[in-house]
Parts: sequence; structure tokens; C-alpha cells
Amino acid sequence: MLDANPAYRQRPSRRMRDILYSESFRTAIYQIALAGAVGLLGLFLYQNVIENLQRQNIATGFGFLREISQFEIGETLIEYSSRDTYFRALVVGLLNTLKVSAAGIVLATLVGFCVGIARVSNNWLLQRIATGYVEIVRNIPVILQVIFWAAVIRNLPAPRQALDLWGTGFLSNRGLTVATPASDPAHLWMILAFVAGVALMVAGDRWAKRHREATGRHVDILWPGLALIVGLPLLVWLAFGAPHAISFPERKGFNFAGGSTVSPEFVALMTGISLYASGFIAEIVRAGIQATPKGQVEAARSIALRPRFIMRYVVLPQALRVIVPPLTSQYVSLIKNSSIAVVVGYPDLVNIGNTVMNQTGQAVEAIAVMMLVYLIVSLVTSTLMNLYNRLVAIKER
Amino acid sequence: MTKSTSTLNAGDPVISLHNVSKWYGQFQCLHNVSLDVGKGERVVVCGPSGSGKSTLIRCINRLEVHQEGQIVVKGLEMTDNIKSIDAIRRNIGMVFQNFNLFPHLTVLENLTLGPTLTRQMKKADADELAMHFLRKVRIPEQAQKYPLQLSGGQQQRVAIARSLCMEPEIMLFDEPTSALDPEMIKEVLDTMIELAQSGMTMIVVTHEMGFARTVADNVVFMADGRKIESAPPEEFFGNPREERTRAFLDQILKH
Amino acid sequence: MTTASPQFPAALPAYDPLARISAGDWLKKNLFGSVWQGLLTLITAAIFLRFAWFVLDWGVINAVWYTSDPDVCRAAAGACWAVIVEKHRPMLFGLYPYDEHWRLVLMMAIYLVTIVVSLMPRNWNLRLLVPLWVIAVVSIGVLMFGGVLGLRYVPTSEWGGLPLTMLLFTGTVLFGMPVAVLLALGRRSPLPVARGVSVVFIEALRGVPLITILFVAVNVFPLFLPAGVEVNKLLRITIGIAIFFACYQAEVIRGGLQAIPRGQYEAAASLSLTYWQTTRRIILPQALRICLPAITNHIIAAMKNTSFVIIIGLFDILTATTAVMQDPLWRKFYVEAYLFVAGVYLFFGYALSLYARKVEGWIASGRI
Ligand SMILES: Nc1ncnc2c1ncn2[C@@H]1O[C@H](COP(=O)(O)OP(=O)(O)O)[C@@H](O)[C@H]1O
Ligand SMILES: [Mg+2]
Repeated sequence: MLDANPAYRQRPSRRMRDILYSESFRTAIYQIALAGAVGLLGLFLYQNVIENLQRQNIATGFGFLREISQFEIGETLIEYSSRDTYFRALVVGLLNTLKVSAAGIVLATLVGFCVGIARVSNNWLLQRIATGYVEIVRNIPVILQVIFWAAVIRNLPAPRQALDLWGTGFLSNRGLTVATPASDPAHLWMILAFVAGVALMVAGDRWAKRHREATGRHVDILWPGLALIVGLPLLVWLAFGAPHAISFPERKGFNFAGGSTVSPEFVALMTGISLYASGFIAEIVRAGIQATPKGQVEAARSIALRPRFIMRYVVLPQALRVIVPPLTSQYVSLIKNSSIAVVVGYPDLVNIGNTVMNQTGQAVEAIAVMMLVYLIVSLVTSTLMNLYNRLVAIKER
Repeated sequence: MTKSTSTLNAGDPVISLHNVSKWYGQFQCLHNVSLDVGKGERVVVCGPSGSGKSTLIRCINRLEVHQEGQIVVKGLEMTDNIKSIDAIRRNIGMVFQNFNLFPHLTVLENLTLGPTLTRQMKKADADELAMHFLRKVRIPEQAQKYPLQLSGGQQQRVAIARSLCMEPEIMLFDEPTSALDPEMIKEVLDTMIELAQSGMTMIVVTHEMGFARTVADNVVFMADGRKIESAPPEEFFGNPREERTRAFLDQILKH
Repeated sequence: MTTASPQFPAALPAYDPLARISAGDWLKKNLFGSVWQGLLTLITAAIFLRFAWFVLDWGVINAVWYTSDPDVCRAAAGACWAVIVEKHRPMLFGLYPYDEHWRLVLMMAIYLVTIVVSLMPRNWNLRLLVPLWVIAVVSIGVLMFGGVLGLRYVPTSEWGGLPLTMLLFTGTVLFGMPVAVLLALGRRSPLPVARGVSVVFIEALRGVPLITILFVAVNVFPLFLPAGVEVNKLLRITIGIAIFFACYQAEVIRGGLQAIPRGQYEAAASLSLTYWQTTRRIILPQALRICLPAITNHIIAAMKNTSFVIIIGLFDILTATTAVMQDPLWRKFYVEAYLFVAGVYLFFGYALSLYARKVEGWIASGRI
């Protein structure tokens, strides 16, 4: 603070005391001390680790990733056997993490949005039920929820007495088995047609906007667009001669034949983490809906905008700005929560990493790999979010 | 106050309220208010805070729903018919105390939103119209900025221009200058005076008595949800009939 | 229905404001506003009543409340609350030696009394709290460990159940809050090195799942220590959860710090207060009051997070219950057991949020 005095600053040469008492000198000293302390602590820990590892005869480095894993994994998206490397095992785990997270995000979003909208419904009963759901689901530990669902599935009847889902599938202690269309080349083309439909709808939206700007006439492309998205795949399906063979699951011995099955571990984990997240998402949606001030809607009404235009051009753009960032961080938390897979035995990254760690003893490296993967997911997401925020930020002075 | 004409004639009121009452729950905030506003007439509504001024003008474009009495705008009665509400709102512009500009749209987009979406105007025409009114309110250079980058006075002028872009026949103002710093009040009042001189029908809720003296054809005083008195400004300020009016004027003119 | 004339024929039917609050109108407004609303209400009510009836039928009417014979439960159509009566001791106390469970009961009583007394504003003076906590910590330590006064020694590896959950939670908050404040201050510090260290620490730990941190606490932390030095596993795990908690809480507190207007710093500087004086007396008291609701949320989250220790084999209430549910005789009644555990978490979570709301009220009324 003495620095601020101009007379003081203009003194030709500083005496030692002046330097010792100067703010910049103090700041520098503190920083050097802090950096030194952090550095020394790091060095101390590093040396201890090295010594301890040497004493326990544990190898260091990531060489073990190329060794043969010698364990099987129950559920894999890519080909894998116990003769593959640890590295491949970890990749299998990562893919499983992504699989359960993707499914969980879809389910959590669906449930969360419905409950969030019900939370602000003017239907008293619905609103109360939604509130109760949110309070319960958010306040019970996610691990307890996952374990609970796992127990529910474990106590389902065996395949012989499986619950029959009206002929479309079975629910048993072997998981969920549902009827699926028998594989057919038409399916690939139908997916392509679907993508084309979406692309056409986006293009149509652009065209409608330009058309409106040029002629002033509003063309509603919502229904034609949806018709395209549904209709194109349907047309492709008809063009292929409407292949309608469906593989129905049948009880066979102690298991099922036909259909496709998701494992009990997967179902339990996905249900648990996504219902837990849905409570938080519901609150985010509610906050987003309530974030647009009443005056905005009134102003829009006073220039005679129709309700759907008010929604599309006034309420939604402002609500999304409030909803999207916390929603994304909920997705990241859901991905991180999927790491409790080991309590139900689902082979995700952490579960497999844990096995690798126990087999090789290389705890530091195995944990580092797990942490790094999640860290990358988190950092990439938060970078994208910052970009989004900067893009849509409401400009103020 | 009974009218018996069945078509709208030149001298007929464009807005006509007949014994309008409104409740919030059990609380009655408008008591049998009647009011006629002719074409090109300028009415200033004043009264203590909480007296129902905002509620009154918000009923006129149905931002609030009245429970008793009738509101007729340009021969169209205000019911819960969507078509007539829409038609009435297109004819009435409204300016709010806190502007209510859309913060995520530029000034120009704020202005063109209504014309393009409800009046089916081409973008080029809507832009031209918007620039026309921005020039009218003297801030054409701010067209590409966002509302929150402007001063309060500028924002309120943008809000006025936004309403004008719908080319309404009637403008409602709900305390348009109350949220502004003193030095910005004048620029907004000047805009409103020009608007009045161009022949717009206006209902203005305000405590700016200077404005009332200059432009009002009629000043309405409200208290406790009732219309206490209504008179031309000379009479209203020079010789108020009611005790409450006098007390209110004393208080407001002292400052 | 438009009248194309400014005529005023018959007036609307008289409006009676008092009628609005009749039960019929309340129903109409909140449940049967329109056809869709009514339909929605009916469907929701049907599903809800069906569910409520199931809960009543299963949980009360046909439930078995007390029996030591699992076959009685198996025969009944309803819930078997008897499983909780029968198994409450292993569920609540885990692996702790059966004959010493009275020590845990006493410990929980001391714990709850200490916490409740400490939470009441009228007791907030150090002359009371310091002796209270010293006595509480010593007596809880003696009760849990034993080894003195003729009590049998119980190592931490045999601790478990609800007392363990309580200790983990309390340790997390008591250790985590100061760390959180330091990290938040570090992140807002004028010193670039302090800022850098805090940012990297906070963001790195918030970017990874809690489990990986627990793995570090269990498997890697011992490697950090010089040979011969050991830190108890329970303590390591508590520190792990606490640091994870601190990183999230630091971000909350940073939000509170950011909300303090510059004028407060300038006013403090003009009284020539030092950095630490300003922080302790001026800034932190305001910042913590501002972000109290968010702080509470994370404290409740910390309580839920203690359940993650199941993965590394500590016997908290959830692990203990899961272990009990391995018993083939009672395994079928897992729903009742897990509902009980969920109820415990809901109860403490609800109590915490009620208390937080009270504190917010005290803050608003200027009492604290
Ligand atoms: N949405 C509402 N709910 C309940 N009461 C309201 C509401 N809006 C206004 N009021 C009450 O109605 C009365 C009139 O309000 P208002 O028209 O805003 O008064 P003014 O604009 O003259 O200050 C006030 O007593 C106010 O408290
Ligand atoms: Mg008002």
C-alpha cells in the first residue's frame, strides 16, 4: 500500500528495508515458498513410492498392458478372450462403460424431462407425485439403488418360470430378453433412411426460414418433417418386401433361444444410475422452465405471437441456456456414477481395472489409467460446455 | 352511459369499459370501473401504488382476465375467444415498466419478431419497418446490439418501437419511466409526446404530471381499485373535485 | 363469441369471490380445469391409488411384524418387517463383536446428543463446546476401541454399521470443510502459484469418480509414506472422501466469495485490515451465509457418498445389510431390509435439510 504513494516510488534508490517491506517482494516470497513446499512434497512422495515399489519388487511403467490377461469377461462389445492383452481388456471395459452410460443418459433424460414438466404442471396431483418422486430418488444413495435393483432382478423367477411380457419378451433372473426383428439387410438401409429423414427435416427448416424471410409466409415443417423421419424408413422397409420375420425368444432348457438379451447386471446398473440422475434432471428442467420471467411471455403476447411461436422463439431459447450446462454436468456425473458397476458385477472400466490391478499389483498405473479416462471425459465435456456458453451467452454490458 | 349504436361510427370510443370488476382470489382489485377512450384520445391514469392501474390496462389486452363487466375494443368484445383476443392484441401495443425486451435477440430481431411471425411480412420489409421506427425513437445505430447492452432509456425506446412495429391503433403504457434514472426519463417522454402528436390513441399509467398536462385529453385518478375522478387536465389539476385527488396531487407535486 | 357492437346488453352473471374457495372450485381449478386435465387427473389418480393400495395391502395389512421363523414370512402375502426385527443387530452394527453392541448404542447416544447440542445457536460458545467435544471424542474413542477400563479391544477393521457411517460422515465434514475453504480461498488468491495449485487440485479431483479416489486411499496412499509409517485404513478412507467432498464444496464457496461486492474488500482495506483479518472477519462470514443452501446440498451428498465404501469392503450400514441378505433363510425379504436402510438415509437427509432451512431463517432474520 505504501507503493501507491508517488513520492515513495520516485525515490532514486531503495534501501534494503524498503525492499523487504514492499508488497511485490512479499508476494514473490510467498509464492516461492508455496511452490517450494509443493515441489518438495511431490519429491518426497515420489521417492517414497519408488522406494516402496522397489522393496516390494513391483515393476513400474505401463509395460504390463501388453501382457496376456488370462481372465474372461462376461459381456463384451468387441471380440475378446482370456488370451488377449490387459490393454484390450481395459478397452472392453471402457466400451462397456460407454454402453451403460449412453443407455442411462437416454433413460434419465426421458424420465427427468417428464417428471420435471410434471413438477410445474398445474395439475395438483401430478405435481405432488412428481415432487415426491424427486425427493425420494435424489436422497437415497445411488449405490443402494443399484444394489436394490440387482436384488430385484436376482429374485425374479428363473427362465423356466420367467415373467412373460405379453409375448414380446421375458423378464427373468437372467436379465431382460426381448423379441427383435430377425437380422436383415433392410435394417441398415432403414437406418440410413432415418438419418436422411433427419437431414431433410433440418434442411427443410432452413428452407422454411429463408422462405419466410423472403415472402413473409410461414411454412410449418414440423409435421411434414416428422412424417419424413418416420415415412422414409417405412418406405425402404416396404421396398425390401416388408421383411417381418421377428426372432421371438423361447424358453429352452435353462435359458432362452432367440431374441436378444441384456444382462441382469446391465439392467440393474442402468436403472439405478439413471433413475438417480432423473431426479436431478427433473429439478434442472423445472428451474429452466421457471427461469424465463413472466414478463417475457406477456411481452410476446402483447405483440400477438401465437403460443407455439412464444414457445419456439421466446421461452425455449432462454430455457435451454439455463438447462443445457447443468444437464451436461449431470450426464458427466452419470458416467462417473457408472463406475460403481463392480457392486453388481458389471464389467465396466473400473471393474476390469480393479481386476487388472489385483492381478498385476501395479496399482499406481492401473488407477492412473482409470482416472485419466474419466478426467478426459470430464475435461472434454466442460470445454465443450464453455464453448457453448460463450456462444449463447446473453450479451450484456 | 348507455350506447345504442350497433355499428362503429366516427365518434364512438375505440376502447370502452363498462363496470369492469376483477378479483385476485378474494381480493377485489377493480370495482365497477367504466371508461371510454375515443379515437386519437390520450388518457393518463394516475393514483397511488396498488390502486389497480396496472391491472386495469392489463385487462384491456387480456394479460389479466376480468370477471365482471365488459371490455369492448374497436367493437369487439373481450371474451375468452382466441380469435378476438388475437385480433385485439394486434391492434394494441403495450409498453411495460421493466421493458421486457427479449434478451437473447438483437434489437432488430426484437422488432421484427412480431411482424414476421404474426403479420407475415417479408424479412426485408420487416427490417425496413423496424429501422423506420428505430429512427423514430432516435436509436437506429443500436440495431445490431443486444438489449442488455443498452441504457434503460434506450431499452424503453426499443420497447416502444417494438410495439409500433405491429402498427397498432392503440398504445398502452404501464409506468414506462418508473424504472429509469431521471436523466433518461426525458428521452422516453419526448418519444411518447411525439407519438401523441401523431394522433395515436394512448392510455398511459404514469406519475409524470408534466406529461399529463402537455398531452392528456383526460386524466383518470384511481384509488383502491375505483375510478375516483376523471377530467381534462386543466380541470383535474386546477380544480380537483375529490378530496382524495387533492391529497394525492399535493403529495406528488410537492416533490 | 364476439359481439360486434359496443352495446352493453345483459351484464355477466354476478361474480362471487367467496365462491372461489369452495371445495368444488378448488377441484375444478387444480384437477379438472379442462377435459385433458380431468383425464390426466383420473389416470394419475387411478395409478396412484392402485400403487397406494398395493403399499397398504403389502406393507401393513398382510405384513408380518414379528416372528423369528422365516417360514411364517414366506407363508404371508405381505411384507416381512420381522426381518428387520430379527436382523437389526448385524444390520445396524456390522461386524462389531455381538456382546459389545451396548457400547455402540451408548456411542450413538453420545454422538447424537453432542451433535444436537452443537447445532443449537444458544450453545455457540467455546466454553461449552470445547469441553463437550473433548469429552465426546474421548468417550466415543474409548467406547469404540476399548482396551482400557476393562473394555475389550476392538480394532477398526471390526467396526461397522450405522456408527461407522456416522463416523465417516462426521469425519468427512469436519475435515473437509476447512480444506474446502482453503481451496476456495486459494482459487481466488492474488498469488498466481496458489491459484494454479488450487485449480489443478480441484479440477483433477472433480473430474474422476469417488471410487478411484478410494482406490488411491486404499492401494496407493501407503506407497506414499516412508517405510515403517502406517496410517489406519479407516482414516485413509475418511480422508479420501473428505478431500473429494472438499473439492466440490470449494467450488460452492468460491461462488459465495464471488458474490461479495468489491466495496467490502475496499472498506476493509481502508480500515487497514490484513488479508487474513479481512478474510476471516469480513469476507468468509458473508460468503458462507450466501451459499449455505448449496453447502447443505453437498453435505447431504457427502452422507450419501459414505455408502461408496461398500466397494472397498468397509462394513457401513449398507454393506452390513447386503451381507445379512446373503442369509439363505431371509434372503427373500431384501426389499424390506433395503427399504429400512433407505429410510435411515432419508431420515438423516431430511433432518439435515430441515435444520439447514432453519439456519437460513435465522440468517434472514439476522439472528446469526
Ligand atoms: N397477481 C396478483 N395476485 C394477487 N394480487 C395482485 C396481483 N397483481 C396485483 N395484485 C394486487 O392488486 C392490487 C392492484 O395492483 P396493481 O394493478 O399492480 O396496482 P398499481 O399498478 O396501481 O400499483 C394491489 O393491491 C396488488 O397487491
Ligand atoms: Mg403498477
